[in-house]
Amino acid sequence: MADTRRPLSPHLQIYRWQVQMASSIVHRVTGVALAFGTLLVLWGLLELAGGERSFDQFKICVGSPPGLLLLFGWSWALFYHLCNGIRHLIQDTGAGYEIPQFVRSSWLAVIGSIVLTALVWAYVLTAGGAA
Amino acid sequence: MSANELRDPLKAARGLGSAQSGVAHWWTQRVTAAALVALGIWFVGLVLGLLHADYATAHYTIGRPWNAALLIAFAITAFWHAALGLQVVIEDYVHTRWKEISLLVLVKFLAVLGALVSVLAVLRIALGV
Repeated sequence: MADTRRPLSPHLQIYRWQVQMASSIVHRVTGVALAFGTLLVLWGLLELAGGERSFDQFKICVGSPPGLLLLFGWSWALFYHLCNGIRHLIQDTGAGYEIPQFVRSSWLAVIGSIVLTALVWAYVLTAGGAA
Repeated sequence: MSANELRDPLKAARGLGSAQSGVAHWWTQRVTAAALVALGIWFVGLVLGLLHADYATAHYTIGRPWNAALLIAFAITAFWHAALGLQVVIEDYVHTRWKEISLLVLVKFLAVLGALVSVLAVLRIALGV
């Protein structure tokens, strides 16, 4: 290794935590998670195409505690990526780049995703639990 | 340029410059994102509607023409958008060239495969074969 005591540009650990950091990195993380989550959709479709027995097995797997946990995480990741994705689409038009707007829309995406996830799972519970 | 080099340097540069496709990835990512806003919300509704469905109900619902068509659109768009997004993540964090290229190609292969299998599964359900 070369001697790297030359000045380096500051990185994440140097800066004070801000919500925009979280909303940005979480967008990436949920994006990667959802890429794998898409396989869950694929799996369900395959089992449904495979007949009644395989579909019932799929329902048992998805309705088990680890399956429900996976679904819960999947739903939040989807809603976060959805909310923050809409935020990014709006920003792509050039709007919302003032710092207070940027911070506010970050929080809006975070809170919106939590509210939507809560609503969906409240519906699942009132409809008599999952699977 | 050596004296023996008679070709115009412009000749060498032609075809190596901008192909006018630099923003294609960016645009495709946005267009698939916009489509997924609508398709994603629709898909969540579909799944919630099938919460306690037995096999026959689920099979019938997924197989209805509009649902099957939208589900195919959702699957293709989701795998496409996923491949574009993973490509950016790989390009940002994988700095060993051969690993980067291998992962990029692997992601494309898997995304196309995933989309194809999804489409076939939906068709099988919809057409009852």
